[in-house]
Amino acid sequence: MNWILNNLWIVPAVPFVSFWLVLFVGRRLPGKGSELGVGALGACWVLAVWAVVAWVRRPVAGTGADKLRHFIEHNYTWFSNGQVKITLGFHADGLAVCMLFVVSTISLLVHVYSLEYMRGDIRFTYFYAALSLFTCGMFVLVTAASTVQGLFGWELMGVCSFMLIGHWWEDQANSNAALKAFFTTRTGDVGLLVGISLLFFAAHQTFNWEAINQAALAGRVDHTLLFWGAVALMVAVIGKSAQFPLHTWLPDAMAGPTPVSALIHAATMVVAGVYLVARTYGVFWVAFSIGPHTHAHHGVNLLAVVGGVTIIIAALLAFVQDDIKKVLAYSTISQLGYMVMALASGAWVGGVFHLFTHAFFKACLFLGAGSVSHSGAHHSFDMKKEMGGLRKHMPITFATFVIASAALAGIFPLAGFWSKDEILLSAGRNGYVWFTVVGIIGAMLTAAYMTRCVYLTFLGEYRGHGHPHESNKLITVPLIILAVLSVSAGWLNAFGLHYFADWTRNEVFVAAKVQDYPFSLPLAGSALGLALVAAAVAGYFYVREEFKLRGFTERSALARAGRDFLVNKYYLDDLYTDGVVGSIKGPLAQGAYWFNQNVLDAVVNGVALTTRRVANFVYDDIDQLIIDGAVNGVGAGAGEGGVALRTLQNGRVQFYAAILFAAAALLGLGLVLFV
Amino acid sequence: MLLNEFLFLGAFLFCTGVYGALARKNAVLVLMSIELILNAVNINLVAFGAFRNNIAGQVFALFVIAVAAAEVGVGLAIVLIIYRNRRSVDITGVDLMRG
Repeated sequence: MNWILNNLWIVPAVPFVSFWLVLFVGRRLPGKGSELGVGALGACWVLAVWAVVAWVRRPVAGTGADKLRHFIEHNYTWFSNGQVKITLGFHADGLAVCMLFVVSTISLLVHVYSLEYMRGDIRFTYFYAALSLFTCGMFVLVTAASTVQGLFGWELMGVCSFMLIGHWWEDQANSNAALKAFFTTRTGDVGLLVGISLLFFAAHQTFNWEAINQAALAGRVDHTLLFWGAVALMVAVIGKSAQFPLHTWLPDAMAGPTPVSALIHAATMVVAGVYLVARTYGVFWVAFSIGPHTHAHHGVNLLAVVGGVTIIIAALLAFVQDDIKKVLAYSTISQLGYMVMALASGAWVGGVFHLFTHAFFKACLFLGAGSVSHSGAHHSFDMKKEMGGLRKHMPITFATFVIASAALAGIFPLAGFWSKDEILLSAGRNGYVWFTVVGIIGAMLTAAYMTRCVYLTFLGEYRGHGHPHESNKLITVPLIILAVLSVSAGWLNAFGLHYFADWTRNEVFVAAKVQDYPFSLPLAGSALGLALVAAAVAGYFYVREEFKLRGFTERSALARAGRDFLVNKYYLDDLYTDGVVGSIKGPLAQGAYWFNQNVLDAVVNGVALTTRRVANFVYDDIDQLIIDGAVNGVGAGAGEGGVALRTLQNGRVQFYAAILFAAAALLGLGLVLFV
Repeated sequence: MLLNEFLFLGAFLFCTGVYGALARKNAVLVLMSIELILNAVNINLVAFGAFRNNIAGQVFALFVIAVAAAEVGVGLAIVLIIYRNRRSVDITGVDLMRG
């Protein structure tokens, strides 16, 4: 039974193998590789369910607040450099198993959905290959035991996201969107690298996640280093999980096919950042002092602010979108803000539980939007121009969409109600009162914009140009499954049950003494009530057409300015493109170029020039004059000497005889005088 | 007679011979001068022999005479060849071995 938990490596391995198979032999198969993809994900789903069952049946250790199931971890040394060992390891615990289930379920449903949605697509095989690889990347992140391995999965997902968003790259806009997504998340990835490095050194040279968490919680880590490591990881979370201010890539990423949006940008990749915080919770708990502020009612930390701001601004932006996928994208950003805020205010179970439930209903919403576009709105996503009144033509899609929207808005007894209330309760009880307020406001806004979305899409009169009809079973069956999950997934932690909380409790949770609060009816009831009120107001605005706020933006300049501010997405895109990138491209690049040409090149050229001059001097003055002079002088001397001596050899015998006699005379003189 | 008188004679003849060997242009006259040198040496040898009552002086002088004779024979043969080739016995023109 425990085999799967001890061999968790097989879960990433299956889609990895299927990626290569689809890539190389997919084209030749009758289903063009899709059967391999679906088959592989089916196998993964079975393995994930097995892992869940095996985990749930593990013996519980400890009592009371210390109850938990011990994790299982296996590490294999990949290579070692001195004392540092880089290991490949697989860590099985409740969080990992929960994520495996979510990812494999949604990925499998997306694979099935794409059989119909992407039918006849120009790069059908590569689409399935990229989906497999992406799933593998997410599995690697989720089962990783070390930060380095998590980084590997993280980056793999970034690449696959790029490939999948830009699937229809023939259109420049799609390619730009893919690049924007990649670069924005890459900006965050710098933070990830810095964070991993800082934590490596902070935790006394280990990459192992459990070890880092335990070291942080035991106080063995320098607080400054821990804080900056957590801040760096937070930057990564902001990038990948589309928090303010790096959220701008997610709406543009809707340029990719809808199944991709459902898988990557609703349920799996964007929650990688949330998963990172949840996994590295010991570090964040200590670095940001997340613990319950029972004496001070105004708990606040950087991460919570980021999450809270994201919730509100994204929810506001969802009101002015005409594109249904963009509404859902901003909704995703807002819900990710919920998850991040939850984790930052000590609601670990709430944040992870919301991740779990959100995956199901958001995927259902996205796939529903895809169904509407595919069969109802002539492949368009514009709500105002091509949709409306689809309730009559697409009943199944309508039903599932409404159920999922209600779950998103947190209506009892659907999944979102339980997870959102867990967040609000824990945040409030831990002392983060303002963030509870932010959460409630966010819930109201969510209910309102989803009502708008449902109304524009399904109610009213059909405004489009196609022939709307219900979609194929391959599309509707996944929708139904997800709708059922949207209803029931929340029941794991509902009605007094604590299954989800119990199953995901881990060593970090216990060691940090993270608080888990039971259900509070007053808070949940009031939140629900406010959300219903907001939904009713929004509905009223749309249904009763003589409502006096209609045309408000035309009549009031202030309202129009506000609307323009929202439509232009707070001018953040302009800020990033013109401000940040433009200033780097323009003045900074020019400046760097000037510096390069005039300073650096001047130095290099100067060195070269000096060398040349020295060389010339050496050549002209030393080599030519002195050395050659000496050599030539010797030669000339020899020559002159020869010339001089040659006069002695004039061929005249009498001359020779004279020299002979002179020498003999001298010799004789010498002999006489000195001997 | 004193010894040094003979030696002076010999020296004088020697010098004359050396002058002639070195300064005459005519090859035959050079040979004659060389004979003069050899004869001066002979006078020296005989003088020393007589004054020392040693017959070796005269014996050596005989050797010198014989060698001189042979040498003149060869020398004149060379001069003859020079004359045949150059139509003149001007020794200053024979400088083909100049370097």
